[in-house]
Amino acid sequence: MQALTNKSFAVNRTPMTFWERLYLINIIKGMMITFSHMFKKQPTVRYPEQKREFSPVFRGLHVLNRDEEGRENCTACGLCAVACPAEAITMEAAERMEGEEHLYREEKYAAKYEINMLRCIFCGLCEEACPKDAIYLSETFAPANYTRKGFIYDKNDLLIPNTLTDAGALAKAKGVEA
Amino acid sequence: MTLLAFDWAYVIEKLILIIIIVLTTLLITLYTTFGERKVAAILQDRPGPNRAGPFGLLQPLADGLKLIMKEEIIPTAASKWLFILGPGLAMTASLMTCAVIPWSTEVHLFGRTIALQVADVNIGILYIFAVVSMGVYGIMIGGWASNNKFSLMSALRAASQAISYEIAMGLALIALLMTTGTLSLKTIVEDQVAGHWWNVVYQPLGFLIFFICAMAECNRTPFDLPEAENELNFGYHQEYSSMKLGFYLFAEYVNMIMSSAIMASMYFGGYDLPFFDESTVAPNIAAMIGIGTLLIKIVLFVFLFMWIRWTIPRFRYDQLMNLGWKKMIPLALLNMLITGALILSKL
Repeated sequence: MQALTNKSFAVNRTPMTFWERLYLINIIKGMMITFSHMFKKQPTVRYPEQKREFSPVFRGLHVLNRDEEGRENCTACGLCAVACPAEAITMEAAERMEGEEHLYREEKYAAKYEINMLRCIFCGLCEEACPKDAIYLSETFAPANYTRKGFIYDKNDLLIPNTLTDAGALAKAKGVEA
Repeated sequence: MTLLAFDWAYVIEKLILIIIIVLTTLLITLYTTFGERKVAAILQDRPGPNRAGPFGLLQPLADGLKLIMKEEIIPTAASKWLFILGPGLAMTASLMTCAVIPWSTEVHLFGRTIALQVADVNIGILYIFAVVSMGVYGIMIGGWASNNKFSLMSALRAASQAISYEIAMGLALIALLMTTGTLSLKTIVEDQVAGHWWNVVYQPLGFLIFFICAMAECNRTPFDLPEAENELNFGYHQEYSSMKLGFYLFAEYVNMIMSSAIMASMYFGGYDLPFFDESTVAPNIAAMIGIGTLLIKIVLFVFLFMWIRWTIPRFRYDQLMNLGWKKMIPLALLNMLITGALILSKL
């Protein structure tokens, strides 16, 4: 029979010599191998002090963006919820009242905006669907929580701080420059 | 009046010595568990325990505290007294060995000459053998009293393994005793200090056999069949929890240190620092150097034990028995024969 690959080899079944049967030499050889590992570089990343960098395309927790005047970008159009394959996004729209112009950019806004982080698969389709530049995926991930309810993130958890007072808020929330 | 004639200072001196030796042995054991984890980690390219304290140095204390705080469970079907006796016996037997080990030469303190050996028995080696074989009772009783078939099987394994390897160990020792002509550990070490070579030069094969058998006696890999997890769950301490389990695990490490000390004393000159004349320094300093030397030798042996453990896998049970009865005992007999012939030809 012809071998399919050149990776297979016949087992050597010749009887062991006296020195091989003693095993001592082979044990010492093995011990030398383990000894040499004492001087090898450890691949360990010492986590809390040392963090491994995410790849530039990493998709993590969502953030809701504001414009440069500090107003919420989201208009509750629902395109992100429609695009979401895991159905993790729910929202309720509301109309902007007189005197709320400094809070919301357009006349409709999301009164409630929730993402269930247990359902979310972090595909980033919401980010792609958003026409208003309102939702982004950051480079952080959801920390552990004691309850399932704790994983439903609402607007308080998602919205970035006011961009008027803190210009780099979006970059910071995205975790790009921690 | 006979009672008053008793040398009370001598008793106090020995008591203090016993306390110091037992405490240091326990402390070293504590750090041997840490060393084991570190050595294992380093041999496997890992950092090992490094969270508790600087370099993880407080890790053994944390481990001990954890074991003490755990719930104490005694199974209802277990034989209660024997269940408690088992770990105690294992620990006592392994600690008793340190009585005859000569730690160093004499020190002179408060006008007294204190020998750094608890008891210079003239049958020191026989005493060690007696005590070491008692250690298996701890395992046996613990395994039997647990009323668990895995524990019992593991205890039987431990007992049969200890018996098989004690024979070869004893035979290897007889060859050594033929060359030294004494059973006292103190005299054996002093002869090596005075002589040119350590005993390992005269008895290389004997040392190898003794070393392998010591590994089997300590239930260390590759002879850790009593603790073969894949066949016996956890071994003879399956039903144990809390500090009773800790005692069993601890006893193994004490055994390891003790057999290292015995090997160092019998084959590697004990407290003898090579190429150094002890008579050139003050006797107290020489004694301290001796203790340091013996400790270094013990640490090297313990490292060797660990190194072997993290290199080679466990034997199968029939391989273990084959090695013990068909290889070790004939080899030890051969070693005895050669030694005897050489001694005769020299006479």
